[in-house]
Amino acid sequence: MAQESAGVTGAPASPGLMQLFLAFTKIGLTSFGGGLSGWMMREFVQRRRWVEEGEFLAGLSLAQAFPGVNVVNLSIWIGYRLGGSAGALVSALGMVVPAMFVAILAAALFAEVAHYHLTHVILSGIAAAAVGLSLQMGVRAARRAAVSPVPALILLATFCALFFLRLPLLAVVLVMAPVSLAATWYRLRGAGGGGR
Amino acid sequence: MLLYRLWQILKVFVPLSFLTIGGGQSIIADVHRQAVAVQGWMTDAQFLDLFALSRLTPGPGSLLATLVGWQAAGWAGALLASVGIFLPSSLLVYSLARVWARHRGAAWQRVVETGLAPVAAGMILAASATVLRAAEGEWLAWAVAAGSTALLLFTRVSPFLPLGIGAAVFLLFWS
Repeated sequence: MAQESAGVTGAPASPGLMQLFLAFTKIGLTSFGGGLSGWMMREFVQRRRWVEEGEFLAGLSLAQAFPGVNVVNLSIWIGYRLGGSAGALVSALGMVVPAMFVAILAAALFAEVAHYHLTHVILSGIAAAAVGLSLQMGVRAARRAAVSPVPALILLATFCALFFLRLPLLAVVLVMAPVSLAATWYRLRGAGGGGR
Repeated sequence: MLLYRLWQILKVFVPLSFLTIGGGQSIIADVHRQAVAVQGWMTDAQFLDLFALSRLTPGPGSLLATLVGWQAAGWAGALLASVGIFLPSSLLVYSLARVWARHRGAAWQRVVETGLAPVAAGMILAASATVLRAAEGEWLAWAVAAGSTALLLFTRVSPFLPLGIGAAVFLLFWS
């Protein structure tokens, strides 16, 4: 346990920086309709197996609880995990910069395409399907999180507060996160027989 | 004049960087207010164009900030708006990632990861359902999303397949 850095990763062969940059660029340039973290999960957990599902979801929880665009946060998180500081940098750049050029070029060349009725219909269809990317991730996250009544209840309360009561996200997180953390702390402390 | 405008762009987006919790949607209203009413960088119609484009193009939805900066002050504006919206919060998360790696496996880390998980799951599900509630296509949007979810949960197909099917279904039944 005294070992410093190097070789702490248990995941299959870590990708190089170029590979990391290209993988994030691919997501930045192909994620039509939104649902980017779902794309990331599909790519990094299910397809390339660079990160385990539990680890990915833990990173996602933190990325969401922290200020910042959560897709970029998650890119930095995964990039750092896979390639240290340089990995974090190339991952965030890969996610943002190429997509940024595409967006500006689109704005410069064909802003009016955004108004065509057919564009609108196609995009609506893509966006509805892209919700499936987020939903499948939400279902996997829920399956993993709701292991006992208390977390299940917290999950349900968070959902209801946001969807049915339409309460502001920040307020909901500021209330639910401490409650959940306290409950988890209490539970782990009680169950961790032998440990501190 | 241009320098002053670039400075204004930074002043608008840096604070917003810390207010984007959970996703870029939370700041759209603020970006709109600043760009049109407060700073007068563009008209309402121009802003709506940019908003539509940010949804049309791939990548993070918060690239809306980049587009607003571009409209306000060209390429330099685009660059500064992007730096303003992405960099401050990114540095914060980067520091967190470092601390996390240094204390890997610590008891408090397990508490935080386990404790945030149900809240995060609730947020993801609620965000998806909220998008669908506001989506164009009403019941068809729910049906397409449900089909896409099932496909992605139970098979290993590429996400392009459900996205293509979604576009086709909307073309057939909603145009």
